[in-house]
Amino acid sequence: MTAYLLKRLIIAALTLVLASMVVFAIMEVLPGDPARLMLGLNASADQVELLRNQMGLNAPLVLRYLHWAGGLLRLDFGRSYTYSVPVIDLVRERVAVSLPLALIALALSTIIAIPVGVFSASRQGRAGDTLAMGAAQLGVAVPNFWFALILIYLFAVWLHLVPAGGFPGWNAGIWPALKSLILPAVALALPQAAILGRVARSALIEVLNEDYIRTARAKGLPYRAVLWRHGLRNAMIPVLTILGLQFAFLLAGTIIIENVFYLPGLGRLIFQAITQRDLIVVESIVMLLVAAVILINLLVDFSYAIVDPRLRGRQ
Amino acid sequence: MKLWKTILAAAALSLAAATSALAARTDLTLGIVLEPPHLDPTAGAAAAIGEVTYANVFEGLTRIDDNGQVQPGLAESWAVSDDGKVYTFKLHSGVKFHDGSAFSADDVKFSLDRARAKDSLNPQKQLFAHITDVTAVDPTIVKVTLDGPQGSFLYNMGQVAAVIVAKRSADGNKDKPIGTGPFKLDHWAKGSEITLVKNTEYWGTAAALDKATFRIVPDAAAAVPALLSGDIQAFANMPAQDALGQIQSDPRFSVVIGSTEGETILSINNKKPPFDKLAVRQALASAIDRSAIIAAASNGLGKPIGSHFSPGDAGYVDLTGVYPHDIAKAKEYLKEAGLENGFSATLKLPPVPYARDGGQVIQSQLKEIGVNLQIIPVEWAEWLSQVFTNKDYDLTIVSHVEPNDIDIYSRPGYYFQYDNPKFNDVIKALGTAVDKDKRLELLGEAQKILAHDVPAVYLFELPKIGVWDAKLQGMWTNWPIEADDLTKVKWTD
Repeated sequence: MTAYLLKRLIIAALTLVLASMVVFAIMEVLPGDPARLMLGLNASADQVELLRNQMGLNAPLVLRYLHWAGGLLRLDFGRSYTYSVPVIDLVRERVAVSLPLALIALALSTIIAIPVGVFSASRQGRAGDTLAMGAAQLGVAVPNFWFALILIYLFAVWLHLVPAGGFPGWNAGIWPALKSLILPAVALALPQAAILGRVARSALIEVLNEDYIRTARAKGLPYRAVLWRHGLRNAMIPVLTILGLQFAFLLAGTIIIENVFYLPGLGRLIFQAITQRDLIVVESIVMLLVAAVILINLLVDFSYAIVDPRLRGRQ
Repeated sequence: MKLWKTILAAAALSLAAATSALAARTDLTLGIVLEPPHLDPTAGAAAAIGEVTYANVFEGLTRIDDNGQVQPGLAESWAVSDDGKVYTFKLHSGVKFHDGSAFSADDVKFSLDRARAKDSLNPQKQLFAHITDVTAVDPTIVKVTLDGPQGSFLYNMGQVAAVIVAKRSADGNKDKPIGTGPFKLDHWAKGSEITLVKNTEYWGTAAALDKATFRIVPDAAAAVPALLSGDIQAFANMPAQDALGQIQSDPRFSVVIGSTEGETILSINNKKPPFDKLAVRQALASAIDRSAIIAAASNGLGKPIGSHFSPGDAGYVDLTGVYPHDIAKAKEYLKEAGLENGFSATLKLPPVPYARDGGQVIQSQLKEIGVNLQIIPVEWAEWLSQVFTNKDYDLTIVSHVEPNDIDIYSRPGYYFQYDNPKFNDVIKALGTAVDKDKRLELLGEAQKILAHDVPAVYLFELPKIGVWDAKLQGMWTNWPIEADDLTKVKWTD
């Protein structure tokens, strides 16, 4: 177990180093000058040059990489060119939106998907299954920004139950903050639930065809117990894999939903930083996300071991 | 007895109505599309900085009003020497910055000297280029000396980048703006909203609003439900053009179409063959049909222009008829240039609807005379580096929103690569002309040269589509400068 852990950690560290080089290189290749973007059309070339010097953009490439990467090692993520505040402060504000949103969406998606998957698998080929899987197909196909707009018109414009968008901040109270996350969470959860439900169904169907299920049934266990205790538990591995991927996506890949609900989330921060060539913000946040994804994958690996005791002995 | 009861009840009701009328709303949430990168107008060119801070948080010596006229600002009056070189400003007394420190002539001197300094990062440094000396005569008198008479000096001192800041707070203004205006920053939830509150110690007429929140709504599709649900009560410039009809027919909202200083043009790389030939540029100008472009790119709301000048400004000359839409004539011009078989070129389009939508129309219009355009979409950062800085382009569409910027065609190294000594002379004369009639005459001449020489094809003036709650008053109709001046905004019942 220790050797396994050590190996995983070394791989994770190497991934981080490699990712930092790739991210830095990509942002360097992108055309665009953050200094010119800040000063606009009327500024002279001399002024742009002056600002570039102030921002440290004229230093040699390798030196800048080492400076930035060295900062990361000391958990110093640098200062935003445009906002001129520490990147970590920006991230902290955005994570306060993105993390709860991702967790709520993930919880919603799981709560919907698992029962639907179990329901469908146990009625494989029958009308209920066809209906549920048809709905899932629709859930995958419907663009989530469109679904989000429908939700907004229904619950915000017409019924006035929730705000049409925006985030009041956690300081405004738990309930107002949660209220503004409900619709985006639903809009995000639905397509995820559709995918997850389909995965859960097919995994469960495969497991239900195994010999040990027949044995369990033969020894007289009720169908319900077989389904939930033996079937679902063994079908969890693909489900957890998908969940891990979905969580990583929900953390920062939700730019469209963030735009529709004008939420100040991580996705929008990255997008804005790219368009404004706020290189340091993009680079540092991507590194944090890479670290988060690696961490999530590690957690998923460990959770395999929890659901499947056989994996605990293996390395 | 019963009658008395009715009268009493009626009286009570009307009293209740009167109280509610007295307690009119004093808060306002405005939607803006782009978040300002920071809040210091003297350190960044982003228009959103001025939208939030101009006249609200920061003030200049003079101020520009809704109609583009110069009004007194922190200076209550001024006198100009006979040679037009020395401006003596009399400042208001009793003015305080938001941090409680007193405003005086020293702050004016500091601000102007900082903006014109060698290491100045002011995005409009050229506004201060002719200042040779600033002297604080006494706490309320400032003397500004210029290197020659300047026709637009008072106007320039009212621009966004010319606001007065204090020495002690200047470096922190990006995050904690300290101005003299009727509103001060309450908080800025980055990515979400910027909240201003009334400055109770304001030197002038107090604002009617207690609180104004600028909420960032980046998505056009989200702007409409935000307005309909009442979450946002005003868009100084609404992005959702397709839904405009729906909003216009809703009596709860006012839709006010105003003018801007945004000349939307098809910029031409004048040094790059074949565009160095006048006949080729004339062919382009004759081949395009402005009305079709305006319909596609600005929902039919933009005003056609024939030169680089806003139809709302004094001195405007209508030159849209210089090259009327005429395909046969356009083909003749091409033949004159020896290109009767047409040619191919690229059209780089920045990520704004007017450019992306207008570009497709222009592509199909130019196809009719055998000019094949390859559309290349670029982001702003790419546009700035490829087109603006490196001049690596054939054609591009962009709106030049800087006010009174006809002089850009005389700037050496500007991305048009246009160099016309005759035009340069007119601009030079304009710079020092102070007499109003003389100025208008020169402006007219400059417009005519551009209209005939076609260093760019002039399309339309970008409209300002103001949408707000019908009970709201005092919002700006026009954008002579991009500012959402809230000093006179109030709710009525």
